[in-house]
Amino acid sequence: MAREPLATGATVDGFLIGEKLHSGGMAALWEVTRSDIDYPIVLKAPQIQDGDDATAIVSFEMEQMILPQLTGVHAPRCVAVGDLARQPYIVMEYVPGHSLLPLLDKAPLPIADIADLGAKCAIALDAIHRQHVIHLDIKPSNVLIRDSGEAVLIDFGLSHHELMPDLLAEEFRLPIGTGPYISPEQVRGVRSDPRSDLFSLGVMLYHFATGQRPFGYPRTKSALRARLWRDPVPPRAIRADTPEWLQEIILRCLESDPGLRHPTAAQLAFDLQNPGEAPITARGRKTQRDSLATMLRRRWRLHSTPARAALPIAEQIEAAPIVMAAVDLGDDLTTPSDVLRETVARILRALPGARLACVNVLRLNRIGANYVLDEQGRNIHVQRLVELREWARPLGLPEGQATFHVLESPDTAGALIDYARVNRVDHAILGARARSPLLRLVGSVASRVIAEAPCTVTLVRAPDLSVADPATAADGASDSWKNG
Amino acid sequence: MLIAIMSDMHGNREAFDACLAHAQRQGVERYVLLGDLVGYGADPGYVVDLARRMQDSGAVVLLGNHDEAISGSTADMNEYARAAIEWTRCRLDVAQKKFLRDLPRTHREGDVLYVHSEASDPRAWIYVTNSADAERSMRATDARITFCGHVHRPLLYHLAPGKQAAPFTPNSALPIPLSATRHWLAVLGAVGQPRDHNPCAAYAIFDTERRAVAWLRTPYDIERAAQKIKNARLPAILSARLYVGR
Repeated sequence: MAREPLATGATVDGFLIGEKLHSGGMAALWEVTRSDIDYPIVLKAPQIQDGDDATAIVSFEMEQMILPQLTGVHAPRCVAVGDLARQPYIVMEYVPGHSLLPLLDKAPLPIADIADLGAKCAIALDAIHRQHVIHLDIKPSNVLIRDSGEAVLIDFGLSHHELMPDLLAEEFRLPIGTGPYISPEQVRGVRSDPRSDLFSLGVMLYHFATGQRPFGYPRTKSALRARLWRDPVPPRAIRADTPEWLQEIILRCLESDPGLRHPTAAQLAFDLQNPGEAPITARGRKTQRDSLATMLRRRWRLHSTPARAALPIAEQIEAAPIVMAAVDLGDDLTTPSDVLRETVARILRALPGARLACVNVLRLNRIGANYVLDEQGRNIHVQRLVELREWARPLGLPEGQATFHVLESPDTAGALIDYARVNRVDHAILGARARSPLLRLVGSVASRVIAEAPCTVTLVRAPDLSVADPATAADGASDSWKNG
Repeated sequence: MLIAIMSDMHGNREAFDACLAHAQRQGVERYVLLGDLVGYGADPGYVVDLARRMQDSGAVVLLGNHDEAISGSTADMNEYARAAIEWTRCRLDVAQKKFLRDLPRTHREGDVLYVHSEASDPRAWIYVTNSADAERSMRATDARITFCGHVHRPLLYHLAPGKQAAPFTPNSALPIPLSATRHWLAVLGAVGQPRDHNPCAAYAIFDTERRAVAWLRTPYDIERAAQKIKNARLPAILSARLYVGR
């Protein structure tokens, strides 16, 4: 394809080619420079011999389409793409740092590291899913960690962009992906479900936790299909100190039916960042694989249900937002927490896939740290949690939909804003007090959250009954006239 | 350079004006009209005159089957189309009819072909309704990119060497890059009579530097366009379908 071979010292479209960094199966990477670009960049060129695998060409074509569309820290910044007919290449930001590949040799990893890496990957997936892209080849070698800590996803050659033609889907009937990581629906030819990436991430987390691959390394199509009905050995059976909450998360990712996985990458990140908050089901506790009967049932159901295309990504994400209710547990009766609860109830009725995080801020004095116990010696933190649960009880939510968090901070607004940012909250709902000696203070919390939180914010206010409306005032006047 | 490509205006003044204004706001520098300036709508004279002025200032204007029928036969048309053509004939003067008659069927610029219906036989007014139709068109030309209209529904077909043609329905305004290794048939929606269940006027912008096409929609004053069709006593379906885009 390439008219002239790329070589150190040559110039392509203004890019001066430096050292060859890598030469892999499908592509080579070169260090390049251009005078107007002041950050490190690399040139990726396909290595396609004559009559070579057509997938490699189409896959490079797809990456040339998709990478320039992506923005943000979770994908390498694309600088330029070279005409496929003339000199095919992609020039992109060089991301320093390591891929997750070497970690496979170090597995099993410490539990906290697994949750941390998993959350970073899930946050990166959330970022690309929100840009209409499904990666479809998530594996340790395709995830880099920046020095600043964020995960960067690379190699979008097998990806799907839902607003662009999927050239791979049209041309290849075989499942496209990497054997150990490919999701069951990809095996069945579905390339439009963002939850496929959650499955592949689950395979990674399983490997990090146990040192083993959940579905081995299948090399035939029939071996690949086994994951459609056969569940993996529970991590706790391999590594006894795997916490139930982590097994719950990993096995949920590895559910064969995408509908049983986390509805969004953001909700998966939420669970990984808040270990132990989500309830544990039988999935988290089991130490044996499903029974033969269960497996056969799954296999039978599979025959009767054809693979279905997924809903558009934006619809999936919008149907399953993370909602934060900032609950003020003040002692006075003017607290508008009832009105807040009604608003939350309305939103959850409309969006049953939503996750609700009930948050309260326990204000600390900047100096002095004897806040933990109140005058009666009770643990205030625990008491607040109990009150939060009680606040949410009338909502009658199914187990797992709500979690409860007491944040300790001298800065109420700052704590709420940080919480919303870290947990990728989509919608924060706060109550404002209609009347209170603290009105000014609370008002400033709400206005700061509205101004600074990286999400939609709804301010709920109870009607102020102390202000007489004109009709009441007129009645009052007529009364006094009558009395007079 | 950004080129606005519009097809199937069909005498709909309000839709045409809305698309031109929308395109201007996007910074478009050139215009290509893929034919069917008239038929169905109540303002054929306005659309023809405007197209003529655009042609004078460098726009490409092509012939569509409805334009051809003004001075030709309506034998292949359904009764509504025929009624509209007969009505339109009485509304156009000699010069306007001559302008339509003289329009070319195709226009070629580098590896881009513009045509009203499709490339395999531009005289036959073949409708591209499936991948096989699209493949026939793409195989008939060495142009890598063909733009056409005629079916009033936006679609993008692509064809790689040694493969079969495959369709994609554009579902956003995001520009889609058309790689140089395959053939593309970009089917535009209609300006004046959309039929893809979206009543907004449809057109496209081709970015020649990035080789990318964006399928765009703009709302327009349907009420006014429909009322004129009613006042002209044209078949009722021609006004009703504008509201629902089918």
